[in-house]
Amino acid sequence: MGEAQDQSEIFRGTQAGGALRDARSVQGTPAAAAPAFILGEELADMADADPRVVALTADLASANRLVEFKARHPGRFFDMGIAEKNMLTVAAGLAACGYVPFAATFASFCALLGAEQIRTDCAYPRMKVRAIGHHSGISMGFYGTSHHATEDLAMMRSIADLTVVCAADANALRAILRESVDHPGAMYIRLGRGRDPVVYQEVPALRFGQATRLRDGSDITIITTGAVVRATLDAAELLAAEGIEARVLDMHTVKPLDLAALEAAARETGAILTVEEANIVGGLGGAAAEALVDMPRIPFRRHGVPDEFAPVGPPAALYAHYRLDAAGIAAVARETLKRA
Amino acid sequence: MSEARMGPGSNSDAFLADRARFVRTETVRLSRIAGAGHYSSTFSAAELFACLYYDHLKLDPANPAWEERDRFVLSKGHAAIGLYPVLADLGFFAPSALDDYTRLGSPFGDHPDMKKIAGVDFSSGSLGHGLSIGLGMALAGRIGGKGYRVHVMLGDGELHEGQIWEAAMAAGHYRTQGLVAIVDRNTLCIDGTTEEIMSVEPIEDRFAAFGWAVSRIDGHDIPTIRATLRALKPAGEGKPQLIVADTIKGKGVKRMEMALNWHVGNLVGQDYDDVMAELMGEEA
Repeated sequence: MGEAQDQSEIFRGTQAGGALRDARSVQGTPAAAAPAFILGEELADMADADPRVVALTADLASANRLVEFKARHPGRFFDMGIAEKNMLTVAAGLAACGYVPFAATFASFCALLGAEQIRTDCAYPRMKVRAIGHHSGISMGFYGTSHHATEDLAMMRSIADLTVVCAADANALRAILRESVDHPGAMYIRLGRGRDPVVYQEVPALRFGQATRLRDGSDITIITTGAVVRATLDAAELLAAEGIEARVLDMHTVKPLDLAALEAAARETGAILTVEEANIVGGLGGAAAEALVDMPRIPFRRHGVPDEFAPVGPPAALYAHYRLDAAGIAAVARETLKRA
Repeated sequence: MSEARMGPGSNSDAFLADRARFVRTETVRLSRIAGAGHYSSTFSAAELFACLYYDHLKLDPANPAWEERDRFVLSKGHAAIGLYPVLADLGFFAPSALDDYTRLGSPFGDHPDMKKIAGVDFSSGSLGHGLSIGLGMALAGRIGGKGYRVHVMLGDGELHEGQIWEAAMAAGHYRTQGLVAIVDRNTLCIDGTTEEIMSVEPIEDRFAAFGWAVSRIDGHDIPTIRATLRALKPAGEGKPQLIVADTIKGKGVKRMEMALNWHVGNLVGQDYDDVMAELMGEEA
């Protein structure tokens, strides 16, 4: 049954060329299109009401579901081919004429290959480009290091005038996309692979720069972002069963960081742990560490991908390998408290 | 402010030649304020600047954000020192604003900042980006049903940048006829000639293969530049348009013409006076 369930999530594409003979065969890329990836649908809904919304991608419309945007707004959709730098700078040109372009591709190509375009053409002239890096972190699993993006948070965070936001799940992404249209300046929006477990049952009232407190507790604050928010909440429940009450903050906006929430955590709870699906160098943990230098001393630990290139493996196995699943995060939280 | 009139054919060839000279003398003056400047790659573009701004582009200096205006993207942003005086001359800002060019807090740096300078349609400086910017602007015009054209001035060495060819391919694919690329073909980059360092020829064939309509002209001949700009097709569906303008790097100052070591420099004292006199047509 497990196998059948897995198959139901797999995008089969069209069945041109004759039917497949074995039910276990798959046509198309399994990672390509989970129904939960709402990016195209949500942007198309927004574009219905807002003529400024345009969308671009770099030959990944089927993976990020911008095909749904293209179907409904073909005149405002541009597939730029496998040319990410051009895509981002074209988006800046569109923004210079009053549009709000959402330019989406794998995070490894969006943020790493396109770093200079995001900096020089989007952030510096404060263009309202929304550079969307999806399949971030290690969520590309066995596709390997070329397709992993564990450096993007650190890189994007070092760019002035760039808002850096991570979506925890589909509803968070909806909120981020909607809020982004009237937000000034350029943004980097970091997504998982579109099948992230649910954190928000409804579209949250999300404000950039203001962490969302998902759970309260005073023993430890776990600050997390993006696709590992759900695992962090689950870890908090494991800890609660042992009598450890954790505050959990969804620090969706990694830049500008919510310093007030950080300081409150430092004053009101016993320790701080950051959890991110990114290299611990320079990402959310790095941001928190920099800010905590000026705040009350408190046991603090960064948890994420260590400073190494991740091995290949199925995503779930990689999360377990790096203790980014609920059990792993809970274990790291316990260690953090032991040092306290 | 000069007695410039806006719109095609409003100004004489002689007036445009005078404005090209103005670009050069202002470049020399401003470079001395900064203590360094990009002389020779601005001089090569002086007639192109004059013809674009005083004869061709549809602009309103009183309303720099006019949505219907033609766009100009100086992708070779290091020639901004020649663009600023033109923008001031046309009334985008007071010419005196340039008197503290590049000093601490000045809006005017070696490369242009659209957020600080009226009339600059996009910030530039990192080579290879401007054609993509122009393509985005042209696509925006298409979405919005605007009739403006977008003109992008590229350096010839800039054609080494891979992103130029991403943009060239995409512009050909999307058939953005309103996108006009002008290559200032002065043949020199920093380390040598383009053909020694990294060859860019045949430029027309390369762009034509990417779906562009191409032409090649003498980039210092004002009647030819005017006629070429006048013959450009309007915005719409069709081949994007390339003008390769053959120019002389350092044109107008003998010691700088085709001289590698004048890509940047600083003229002071008697050298400054000599060069100014040469540009003004006087014997030193």
